[in-house]
Amino acid sequence: MKNGKKILSVLLAGAMVLGMAGCGNSSNSGTSGSASGSGEATFKIGGIGPITGAAAVYGQAVKNATELAIDEINAAGGINGYQVELNYQDDEHDAEKSVNAYNTLKDWGMQALLGTVTSTPCIAVANEAAADNMFMLTPSGSAVECVANDNVFRVCFSDPNQGLASAQYIGENKLATKVAVIYDSSDVYSSGIYEKFAEEAKNQDFEIVAAEAFTADNNKDFSTQIQKAKDAGADLVFLPIYYTEASLILDQANKTGYAPKFFGCDGMDGILSVENFDTSLAEGVMLLTPFAADAEDEATQNFVSTFKEKYGDTPNQFAADAYDGMYAIKAAFEAEKVTPDMSVSDICEAAKTGMTSITVNGLTAGEDGITWTADGEPNKSPKAVVITDGAYKAMQ
Amino acid sequence: MSFLSYLINGISLGSVYAIIALGYSMVYGIAKMLNFAHGDVIMIGGFVVFTATSATGMNPLLAVLLSVVVCTVLGVVIEKVAYRPLRNASPLAVLITAIGVSYLLQNVALLMFGANPKSFTSVVKVPALNLVGGDLIISGETIVTIVSCLVIMAALSMFMKTKPGQAMLAVSEDKGAAQLMGVNVNATISLTFAIGSGLAAIAGVLLCSAYPSLTPYTGSMPGIKAFVAAVFGGIGSIPGALIGGLILGVIEILSKAYISSQLSDAIVFGVLIIVLLVKPTGILGKKISEKV
Repeated sequence: MKNGKKILSVLLAGAMVLGMAGCGNSSNSGTSGSASGSGEATFKIGGIGPITGAAAVYGQAVKNATELAIDEINAAGGINGYQVELNYQDDEHDAEKSVNAYNTLKDWGMQALLGTVTSTPCIAVANEAAADNMFMLTPSGSAVECVANDNVFRVCFSDPNQGLASAQYIGENKLATKVAVIYDSSDVYSSGIYEKFAEEAKNQDFEIVAAEAFTADNNKDFSTQIQKAKDAGADLVFLPIYYTEASLILDQANKTGYAPKFFGCDGMDGILSVENFDTSLAEGVMLLTPFAADAEDEATQNFVSTFKEKYGDTPNQFAADAYDGMYAIKAAFEAEKVTPDMSVSDICEAAKTGMTSITVNGLTAGEDGITWTADGEPNKSPKAVVITDGAYKAMQ
Repeated sequence: MSFLSYLINGISLGSVYAIIALGYSMVYGIAKMLNFAHGDVIMIGGFVVFTATSATGMNPLLAVLLSVVVCTVLGVVIEKVAYRPLRNASPLAVLITAIGVSYLLQNVALLMFGANPKSFTSVVKVPALNLVGGDLIISGETIVTIVSCLVIMAALSMFMKTKPGQAMLAVSEDKGAAQLMGVNVNATISLTFAIGSGLAAIAGVLLCSAYPSLTPYTGSMPGIKAFVAAVFGGIGSIPGALIGGLILGVIEILSKAYISSQLSDAIVFGVLIIVLLVKPTGILGKKISEKV
């Protein structure tokens, strides 16, 4: 009997392993099958981002918006007459997994990469892509180093630019005289914004009275940081961090009866979609973002309504970045007449030239559209939004 | 005044660590294994309460009871399926199994609840305490956490005097001899896991009420910190878990407040190393000489 049990458990374990392996295989062959089965040449665009893990909101938004853009492009006849195919891989906001995902996509035959979504993995993948001379456009990798190689461009603002713009916005609109900052020193996005913010603050009419850090291993208890900001008499707290921690800070500040103004960057976007989050805590929170879902121009409204219909969710700024990114790839490919039979390296060279010549009138663009410089940085104007009655409203 | 407020925050954080550390300590003391899945049982406890209150609108206190029941059953099942067959295997094999169970729980939760953080509605309805004209505010969560920690410690100490408690002590001293004296070792170890996991559910509720963000990874870092607290106080000792947890929480908060908010973890672990160098069994740990 005892032996029988043992055999049974081994069999069950074996069955589980086989079952899992089966899953992996079938999903892989699913994507490659449709590629080889279609017969005609197509553009193979890879995507990488966190679909699971703590930053999943961003990866999921980018994935959905990229699919949406590609469906539109394909319905309208594709790029230079060729259809576009997407293979999107999960990296869980982890550099190592991101490089693995990149290699998976390379095996699949990727010709250009729209990714990755978050900064730390993006830097790792950018180095791989530079070695292969693979064209890469990150929708939202905002760290300076993300576009250090000349094959990489981005749609969003860089971290220093966000820090700079935030400091200028707070200063010019006289939002506060004493500012506290709570930032994640283990994260390149957050510390990048903070450094530039602190530098620019010297030129502005406010003073940083407390600069408190936390790390990824220590991101639950913010009572100390809040207490220090309170003791320093800060009337505005600048939060260049992601929304998960921001929601905790808002809650803990509320519990201790501290009610300053809060100001965030694009990482704060998503705070309203945290399940069961008491949105009244976020009332009055300001953030700098290039996209506001309630903007009244036709392009934004069309995008928002299609996105809602398809995915049942209001698109955030990451979705808009990805949507613009896909159209930027299209414009760059069309400007240089790229075809799918070109080598990866040739496509990259052509796209690099194309990117500097195009203007994309996208969702995140403002009135003058987005243009790119050869070092990969976009030129566009930032917008500030304020959370009112549980929704983003453009700030006047 | 702010020192007092830091101290109270430290004690509150430390109390959560202490309750989690109890689970580690009891299981280690009796089954001589490190149950690394403990932190993830906490997370499951949090999700049970979250789902029960937000989906079915259940009374929060009932939801906490439900969560204790679910976690207790889960703990017993994990022990029976994953650890009992390895009772006589090398400690390393059991350790790896525990890490495996931990990842299994995280990924099952990821599959069931998704990766998006959920905002946990605090089950604590105690009003905040306003002292010294509003300069010192102690939140209801802090009060409840500290009180529950003390109550649980007292209850466990009393439980150890009862017959099943004595059986636990006997098993922890010598499994073989306890069995010869008529103690049902398997039942005793199951009971240990049941109590440890039930406590994990309560710790989960308190953790999520104080820090209301719930993801499948919520339990892992507090779990590791609590494990450190258990080692700090002397693993296997119930008062040790309390003292270890409190000291850890207070050092963490005070070093954040007065030294550097970035270095707090380094300081916490540095103190741990010093304590272990001076007293390798932890603050209240007993030195057990190897029998020849």
